[in-house]
Amino acid sequence: MAAQNDNDPKVGEGSSDGPSALINARIVDPASGHDELGGLLIEDGMIADFGPHLRRNAPKGADIIDCRGKVLAPGLIDMQVATGEPGDEHRETLETASRAAAAGGVTTMMVTPDTDPVIDDVALVDFIQRRARDTAQVHVLPSAALTKELAGQEMSEIGLLREAGAVAFSNGPHSVVNAQVMCRLLTYARDFDALVIHHVEDPDLARSGVMNSGSMASRLGLPGIHSAAETIMLERDVRLVDWTRGRYHAAMISCDDSLGVIRQAKKRKLPVTCGVSINNLALNENDIGPYRTFFKVRPPLRCEDERRAMVEGVARGHIDVIVSAHNPQDVDAKRRPFQEASDGAIGLETMLSAALRLVHDDELTLLELLRAMTARPAEILGLASGRIAQGLPADLIVVDLDVPWVVAPEKLQSRSKNTAFDEARLTGYVCRTLVNGRTVHQRSR
Amino acid sequence: MSKRTHSTAQYPHRHLLSIEGLTAGELTLLLDLAEKAAAQSREIMKKTDTLRGRTQVNLFFEASTRTQSSFELAGKRLGADVMNMSVSASSVNKGETLLDTAVTLNAMRPDILVVRHSEAGAVELLSQKVDCSVINAGDGSHQHPTQALLDALTIRRNKGKIETLIVTICGDILHSRVARSNIMTLNALGAQVRVVAPSTLLPPGVEDLGVEVFTSMAEGLKDADVVMMLRLQRERMSGAFVPSTREYFRFFGLDHDKLAHARPDALIMHPGPMNRGVEIDSAVADDERSVIREQVEMGVAVRMAVLEALARHLPNS
Repeated sequence: MAAQNDNDPKVGEGSSDGPSALINARIVDPASGHDELGGLLIEDGMIADFGPHLRRNAPKGADIIDCRGKVLAPGLIDMQVATGEPGDEHRETLETASRAAAAGGVTTMMVTPDTDPVIDDVALVDFIQRRARDTAQVHVLPSAALTKELAGQEMSEIGLLREAGAVAFSNGPHSVVNAQVMCRLLTYARDFDALVIHHVEDPDLARSGVMNSGSMASRLGLPGIHSAAETIMLERDVRLVDWTRGRYHAAMISCDDSLGVIRQAKKRKLPVTCGVSINNLALNENDIGPYRTFFKVRPPLRCEDERRAMVEGVARGHIDVIVSAHNPQDVDAKRRPFQEASDGAIGLETMLSAALRLVHDDELTLLELLRAMTARPAEILGLASGRIAQGLPADLIVVDLDVPWVVAPEKLQSRSKNTAFDEARLTGYVCRTLVNGRTVHQRSR
Repeated sequence: MSKRTHSTAQYPHRHLLSIEGLTAGELTLLLDLAEKAAAQSREIMKKTDTLRGRTQVNLFFEASTRTQSSFELAGKRLGADVMNMSVSASSVNKGETLLDTAVTLNAMRPDILVVRHSEAGAVELLSQKVDCSVINAGDGSHQHPTQALLDALTIRRNKGKIETLIVTICGDILHSRVARSNIMTLNALGAQVRVVAPSTLLPPGVEDLGVEVFTSMAEGLKDADVVMMLRLQRERMSGAFVPSTREYFRFFGLDHDKLAHARPDALIMHPGPMNRGVEIDSAVADDERSVIREQVEMGVAVRMAVLEALARHLPNS
């Protein structure tokens, strides 16, 4: 635990032993749309009270945390986190990922099933839950494999896995190519009200592509992935959802055409939602520059117009959630020629700070941004958290919006250091993260 | 016992290809005849001469020991000469073989053909090419009329009626000819029919067949008078339609917990052969409310009744 005492002697640990009060805060709650000065009282790990009346005074005996006008918001919920546990613990464990999450203000992370072994059995869902309980500092929600071994052929035990605690089902980084299989999955999942999360990329169209298709890729001499590879798969899926009415979430979209498909699906009231990676909101293909492999991600970084379209999609609520797409890779997997290097970048610790760029540049409002990281993912996953309300677990973050800092990879909590924001100058970070009322991360200037 | 005549009601059809199109009166007539056949089958002298001199050919393009034996016994008890023919449907082009076989068989002048085929509609096609009476012993996922009749008879004998009973059919409705024939029979006789299955095993538009549709056993079995389980084929248990046998059993297998939602005196039925531990718990299959063995007995009786009903339409009758 990285909690350290602030200079202010009144500031306590926010431990769950006694009541604690976060005073002098700017409370921002996207679920209710509230953005006002006030305070918040925590008792037994739960939000006991909050509002303007607690701004300056807290009940006697409460441990007082002075937020000094900083933003107090619900803890972030990240729907796309890969760790290396089980199987590749040298890259990341649930413990190290959870420390990175706490440092980035993520109080709930959903972990992907593409581990070794694949999470396609109730015993493995149980394993993730037990490991998380024993080692993790934030809430960990397991998602389970949609098909056995992620092979895209036979459906996994969706009913039993859901009973065991899997909150969603995905095929990891692979699309289910066979439309008949996808159709039956959506149909079967509907009976259990299970959420199907799909990576949308036609593997035949994407082929050996390693970055966005276009002049940039042509100049670098790298095979490209056209955005149509994504949109075609998404269009097929939406047609299948129309047929089956299964609950569907496109894990990460990256282009305006896909956004159009999502918009149409929502207009027709289909049970379709989607996410976008922080990478596709904050970066574009030009960042790859001279073959920087830390910018090799899936979906690939697109051109600036597509990036802007994604930001606007978030602003208008057509894109439901922002995810970190946290994907730890060791140095050896990244220090290779671009085509050979692994996909993925870590993101848990930098997601909010990188997204705040968009707020500072007036591309998004703070409420729009936080909604996509709190209230919306909570709704999609059926969680009570993601909002500030009496009786809910005190999963909260205190954010300093204006403090400038430089990302130093060696200081990141994640076991792998493959950040796309290496040495980036960012503005704003999470000063304090509370999970069930307990401070799990604290950072001061 | 000798040949019976029914002055009030007669079975007016030459074939029995489907339950569809049969009236409640015709179905009841067959059940009444079967009731008598059941009594006859419990006598020491089980044989009559109703079909003496007649030739019955059991033509099975799809293997089935149980149904074939049942038809064979039924024909023999009525005095017919019974011949069994098993034809492998997979080895040759099906359409051609079927019609060729029909023409060949017809030349042998049988009186009754009992036909099972893996393709829906194949039995009806064959019936158009022969001069004798044809009984459908199961065609693909379409119909299995004698199974539905024996189920109805079993229910009537145990409950005293069929009208107003809640009958819940559970399992692979999508591929089941038994379910389709039962839905039609039970609806015609006034029962309230429900089906329960995962959505992947429900035929599209099944609610238009006059059933209430459920995907939860607890809801579908609530207050049921009869619980009818269907067999789940092995090849459908491993990921294509349902993920695994253990998941299927957990959510759709009939065990005492799920059965508790039905009426305490609910009948437990299964057309056989059972997959114990897949669609039905062993203890439930052997429960005192289980009438699965009686279904087999009624199978012979119902087939005798159908043969007898068709007898008056046979050539030279």
